[in-house]
Amino acid sequence: MTDLVENEGGGCCSANNGTTSGTTSGTGSALAGSSGCGSAGGGCGCASQDAMPQTRRGFMKAGAALAMTTLAPGVTLYSFGAGQAEAKPADQAVTSKVRWGMLIDASKCDDGCTKCVTACSTENGWSDTGNPLTDAQWIRKVTVRDRDQGKETTLPMMCLHCAEPPCVDVCPTGASFKRADGIVLVNKHTCIGCRYCMMACPYKARSFIHEPLEDQKEYSPRGKGTVESCTLCVHRVDEGRLPACVETCNASAGGAMTFGDLNDPNSEISQRMAKFVTTEVRADLGLNTGVRYQNI
Amino acid sequence: MNLWRTTRCAALTALLLLVGVCASVPVSAGGGALTPTIAKGKGDKCVAPTEYMRRNHMDLLDHQRDDTVIDGIRTERFSLKGCVSCHAVKGEDGRAVTVKDERHFCASCHLYAAVNMDCFDCHASRPDEAKKLGALRKKSHARDMAVLKDYLKGAER
Repeated sequence: MTDLVENEGGGCCSANNGTTSGTTSGTGSALAGSSGCGSAGGGCGCASQDAMPQTRRGFMKAGAALAMTTLAPGVTLYSFGAGQAEAKPADQAVTSKVRWGMLIDASKCDDGCTKCVTACSTENGWSDTGNPLTDAQWIRKVTVRDRDQGKETTLPMMCLHCAEPPCVDVCPTGASFKRADGIVLVNKHTCIGCRYCMMACPYKARSFIHEPLEDQKEYSPRGKGTVESCTLCVHRVDEGRLPACVETCNASAGGAMTFGDLNDPNSEISQRMAKFVTTEVRADLGLNTGVRYQNI
Repeated sequence: MNLWRTTRCAALTALLLLVGVCASVPVSAGGGALTPTIAKGKGDKCVAPTEYMRRNHMDLLDHQRDDTVIDGIRTERFSLKGCVSCHAVKGEDGRAVTVKDERHFCASCHLYAAVNMDCFDCHASRPDEAKKLGALRKKSHARDMAVLKDYLKGAER
């Protein structure tokens, strides 16, 4: 079992507190052993049940996909075997043929590095406003510790884009939803700000906006009275670009993050997941997360 | 007699012309006390005829928003981002004004009609200037590089 011991780039894991606490700047809150922590880090260390299943069904699906590309060239949305996102035509809806996911290799994630957090904040326009109890946090660095051996690992935590998202189950208006390609989002047009989803999320991934905002990013609308969380940079993904955190981590940090299509057995992420033991945080909940970890 | 008729004809034509010009002046551009002053957008024409847009822009936006958020359809034609960037109104500081300014394209009419809109509680009400600046910088960088290249070529000779 692992324990959540401290936070970097914000956010502790006080399980009983309804709000997201910690600040984006507050490093090392030294929560080691303190009560109420450990929920987010729990359930780790189990064997990989999530490597891409090499079943007959998976094989058939792969064959079908290949056939489709050869039969109708230029018609398929996503080229077969691509390691990362490819642009979908702007006038076409997303489909469940792809499922976007992320694999984070904790062994490549540096202790003090918060570049992914900064990149996300810059990209999506959320920031530390000096109100640590209520500030939005789409991604935060946490440190987990193996209770028995004391090994500490830092990793970024965000919305894990579950296949069975509890936030979607509890939403009374249908504002919290899962897109066909597996990205879990809040439709702010229908969000009434009740915050049930924040309570339902086992990863404390969501934030509520308490204050009126101005000059938001034009591709990332955010507003008072609605809940928000990591969108997997959906505006970039739809253009065939990588999420900001992944791009930054690959360009100027350890390259710990791999983004890609979990449904495509030839994508880099699927290949890695077939090769290495990966971990689903709180696998016991059976949520089938889209964001998975390696080496924790 | 003939001269009189010609003069009268000319006067009548002038009068008719005057009436015609008056009638063709759009009500909205008058800047008078009773009508809102609506800024003109970029380009020749809007994505649909102006009359249609005046009546139906809200439905177009409403339809587009669900397509975009739920299905990831990001066509430019009826996107709010498109409206905001095409109809941006420059303020004194050279930046586009926000919806708080009554010169803002949406605000000018909505204030007049006393209809609240909550689009801009979440959406940006002016185009992303930083992006434009970045593009501009890139352009000037490319120009600098071209000049440098030419200079080096000259030096080689």
